[in-house]
Amino acid sequence: MLSNRIIPCLDVHAGRVVKGVNFVNLIDAGDPVEQAKAYEQQGADELVFLDITASSDERAIMHDVVERTASECFMPLTVGGGLRTLDDIRAMLNSGADKVSLNTAAIKNPKLVRESSEKLGNQCIVVAIDAKRVAPDADGKLRWEVFTHGGRNPAGLDALEWAKEVEKLGAGEILLTSMDADGTKDGYDVELTHAVSEAVRVPVIASGGAGTLDHLVTVIKEGRASAVLAASIFHFGTYSIREAKEAIAAAGLPVRL
Amino acid sequence: MTQPDIAVIDPGMGNLRSVCKAWEHAGAAVRLCDSPEAVGQPDAVVFPGQGGMPHCMEALRATGFDSFLKDWIAADKPFFGICLGLQALFEVSEEGETPALGVFPGQVVRFRLGTEYKIPHMGWNTVTFQGEPTPAEAGLSRSEDQFYFVHSYHVETPEASIVWGETEYGYRFVSAVRRGRCFATQFHPEKSQAKGLQLYRNFVESL
Repeated sequence: MLSNRIIPCLDVHAGRVVKGVNFVNLIDAGDPVEQAKAYEQQGADELVFLDITASSDERAIMHDVVERTASECFMPLTVGGGLRTLDDIRAMLNSGADKVSLNTAAIKNPKLVRESSEKLGNQCIVVAIDAKRVAPDADGKLRWEVFTHGGRNPAGLDALEWAKEVEKLGAGEILLTSMDADGTKDGYDVELTHAVSEAVRVPVIASGGAGTLDHLVTVIKEGRASAVLAASIFHFGTYSIREAKEAIAAAGLPVRL
Repeated sequence: MTQPDIAVIDPGMGNLRSVCKAWEHAGAAVRLCDSPEAVGQPDAVVFPGQGGMPHCMEALRATGFDSFLKDWIAADKPFFGICLGLQALFEVSEEGETPALGVFPGQVVRFRLGTEYKIPHMGWNTVTFQGEPTPAEAGLSRSEDQFYFVHSYHVETPEASIVWGETEYGYRFVSAVRRGRCFATQFHPEKSQAKGLQLYRNFVESL
């Protein structure tokens, strides 16, 4: 049976981890490669690097980080942030990323999703959708809209429609973040995750709001998430990946222990 | 002991870094080869197919790797195929109705599953090894280890003797094949942490 995946996410700024985990025995806790290796040891199923660097000079550093990680970690690595063109995507894959995550670039230029998926295969194209609740429609049906820039700018897209659209364009997976839940530690937006997962055939990674291990279980069970992404509960050592997996297994869900 | 020389076939589809790194980690000296002429006399050939099948077969034909691979495997020289590098060994793929290498009888079909199953089949799943145990499985469980998959198509073959591994996703499908010194996996050992590297190491040690 296919296992549900647990995916820690590291924010990387100018080649250094922001808010990294306080693993003991790390020689350099700010080094993304050291952090990646520690997560691999703990049994993470995949890893996401989110490049929050602003300048293109610093982006060169990200390539070095990805290269070094790919030389030492043998699990799927997704890199997101600042990738705008097919050349950017290709260069990041050539540095050793297995997948890239496109967010604003997909909204501004949907053709990029189609083109990169056709040329490089849909397995390496993840589209990240940041969604926020808006007023229900006239029939009382729940609605979410797509936002960019950390939830500040509405993109003018319905989240479910956009999810279907990016699947059609060739996204192999959707990384779905609830901007309402993100940072609250009150749990994932299960209704959002379920609605998107029902709307598309490709796997959905739930993100935003994890505070307890029950939250992980609930969004897999009731939200139909194929994978759960979390940052702070792992970074701050609240729970280990292993504990998260044991909780999922205890709930009767398939997981790789 | 000198490191075995492994030629990784690169018909120009890119992104072979992690595959090469994994084989190096497993103890091999790796050369990326963009033409059959560049291959020379390696101890083994590795073919990590990528992208879509139509594109992949086109690239193999354009570079002459199609006949090279058929001859190499027919001579029972050591071979390891990964993902599309397994699918390409069969006769035809449903993906774009693409004729493939035809080393083995059978076809490549899309997962025939209801919407309760996500496609691609993406993530970690268990491989149950079949047939006589081979040294390639040393240190692995025959039925409990999980490996990383990402694919929407899988092979179907009438030739039971080549089935090396099976995996369950809605139904059981062939996730690894072997014949003589030819091995191929639908999953990605290079993405499967310690278990995957073990598989590569076993292959390298057999050379």
